[in-house]
Amino acid sequence: MTTTTAMPTSQRRAAELNVITRKQRSLWGDALHRLRRNKAAMFGVVMIAIAAVLAIFAPMIAPYDPIQQHTADSLADPFFSNSQYSNPAYPLGSDQLGRDILSRLIWSSRVSMVVGFVPTALIFIVGITVGMLSGFHGGRVDNLLMRFTDIIYAFPDLLFLIIIMANLRNTPAGDLMGGLVLMFVAIAIVNWVGLARLVRGQVLSLKEKEFIEAARAVGVKPGRIMAKHLFPNALAPVIVSMAFAIPSAILAEATLSFIGIGIKPPTPTWGVMINEGFVVFSATPWPVILPALCISIVMLSFTFVGDGLRDALDPRMKI
Amino acid sequence: MALLEVNDLHTQFFTRDGTVKAVDGVTFEIAAGETLGLVGESGCGKSVTALSLMRLIPMPPGKIVKGSVVFDGQDVTKMDDDDVRQIRGNNIAMIFQDPMTSLNPVLTISRQISEALELHLKMDRGESRKRTIELLELVGIPSAAKRLDDYPHQFSGGMRQRVMIAMALSCNPKLILADEPTTALDVTIQAQILDLLKNLAREFRTAFILITHDLGVVAGMTQRIHVMYGGKIVEKADTGELFANPKMPYTWGLLRSIPRLDERRKGKLLPIEGLPPDLIAPPPGCRFEPRCQYRHEICREKPPELLPIPNAKPDHEARCWGTQAGGWLVDIDWRRDIGDTKQLEEIKQEVATLPPEAIRAATADVPPPPAAQR
Repeated sequence: MTTTTAMPTSQRRAAELNVITRKQRSLWGDALHRLRRNKAAMFGVVMIAIAAVLAIFAPMIAPYDPIQQHTADSLADPFFSNSQYSNPAYPLGSDQLGRDILSRLIWSSRVSMVVGFVPTALIFIVGITVGMLSGFHGGRVDNLLMRFTDIIYAFPDLLFLIIIMANLRNTPAGDLMGGLVLMFVAIAIVNWVGLARLVRGQVLSLKEKEFIEAARAVGVKPGRIMAKHLFPNALAPVIVSMAFAIPSAILAEATLSFIGIGIKPPTPTWGVMINEGFVVFSATPWPVILPALCISIVMLSFTFVGDGLRDALDPRMKI
Repeated sequence: MALLEVNDLHTQFFTRDGTVKAVDGVTFEIAAGETLGLVGESGCGKSVTALSLMRLIPMPPGKIVKGSVVFDGQDVTKMDDDDVRQIRGNNIAMIFQDPMTSLNPVLTISRQISEALELHLKMDRGESRKRTIELLELVGIPSAAKRLDDYPHQFSGGMRQRVMIAMALSCNPKLILADEPTTALDVTIQAQILDLLKNLAREFRTAFILITHDLGVVAGMTQRIHVMYGGKIVEKADTGELFANPKMPYTWGLLRSIPRLDERRKGKLLPIEGLPPDLIAPPPGCRFEPRCQYRHEICREKPPELLPIPNAKPDHEARCWGTQAGGWLVDIDWRRDIGDTKQLEEIKQEVATLPPEAIRAATADVPPPPAAQR
């Protein structure tokens, strides 16, 4: 017999009456469900989670102090290199000053995570505020904000970062938290413009929608329309863009540290490690390869998550 | 005293191509508890009139340039923004045309309905939830308490329109503007929604302005009907009178173009020939003159006024030279006399020679987009 007849009468009756018996599912719940089924994105999430755990518990996990020098054991090779210079005390080897590379890699993830998330939060706040105001009010406000945005947008990103970092690095502002604060601000200044434009575009199209007019017709105030009606509708592309902003911030930090104007040594970061490893590159490539690999994996993970989020939040969007 | 008095309302849109006189001197009033139909084809200014009443015209490019909208003794056009917001949703509510796009897709039904309750009646979450359930039951949504936290995409079109109606009713408004509330729905759902509106209007003694292009919709719903054409009201009458004894050739055209069950003839449906007027540069005389097969010379020269008609009920008015005292249309039987066929041919000819862009522009449903302003 069919399953329908096997169902208890009350349940069947409910189904017939079209009473909702299935589980509630919100838009975000749907998106999460789609994200969960995306293998690459889940790989990314796991990798990021590992990196986050390493960053948070670095002092407990790292076998050595990352800036402690063991000059007798300098330039050890990692255990898998089959080299005569590998040293079991330093599983991933040591650099030219005898600092444990594994410990330095673990500690570096702290900087990368912080540099990934803090400037992104700043970008989020500034970009959304500017984009919302600009798109919603239009007219003169829009013109003013967007021309300002265009000016910053027109400037080459890396050049801008280099100018800020190179000039302000040795001022008191550049010394806050080993240069981290300056780095946050510099990355945020360069990157908020893209988000502001994205949000403005979203708001421009959304504010003509009928449900916004319906909200107006109910007497909702403009501020509340922006916060409650426009913002949640514009959120999906914003989240995607944030997911891509994080790796680009991490890369910016690595780039700046690599050319020597980022985070100040001895604070270990992957960029700093590559920079220092470069000096001994002809002797052994590992001090460069290992941190570079870490950057690649983290970047790739965030990109996977970003792609996954984009597919999950807007299945129709094709890029 | 009337609940709402609209006096010589002019709403215009200032676009790159010129000033669109979307509403051009509209005057009407509606008493508490009354239902009024506003009928006319696309682009005749019905919706803009409704939006003007709540000051929802997008500014720029739109502007109410003249006239007053007196609601409950206060002129809406002269209020500051905060006071207008107090009226919106609270005293005047609106039901929009397309329920598929008029609900915010990321908010639950309960959040959207309770928004007005919390805003105007200062209810807290719990109270507004309770009231929302009542409202949803009132508009006939089954197992309302369970569907409260559903999102709009989980509702069908007819159900969404019920939600929109619940939203409009939430604060017990004195006046509800229903802008083509059934256009986006299929016929059986249309009938349900119209029934619902009719019952609610009776039950709550809410005044209704029903805006539609479908004379069939207003027939059973309203007490009075105003026919609009080219931004002006061209005929006012109570509903029975308008269907029994229409006077304005445009109204005849509308009536001829809808199928009737009780039609005796096997005659064809007759469309109104020609195109609606360009509201940037409307015809100098009667707005309908270019499409009217009953036209005389005077129609082209001078715009007629909205005046009572000699052999009709006293509150029956039309904006037509032919129906004024001594006019050539006063005693005509509109069902038999379809006017001057030669002029009809002329009108057809005129349209046939128009470039396709002009036709597309004239039949476009929407007013020029705001983007055209710069």
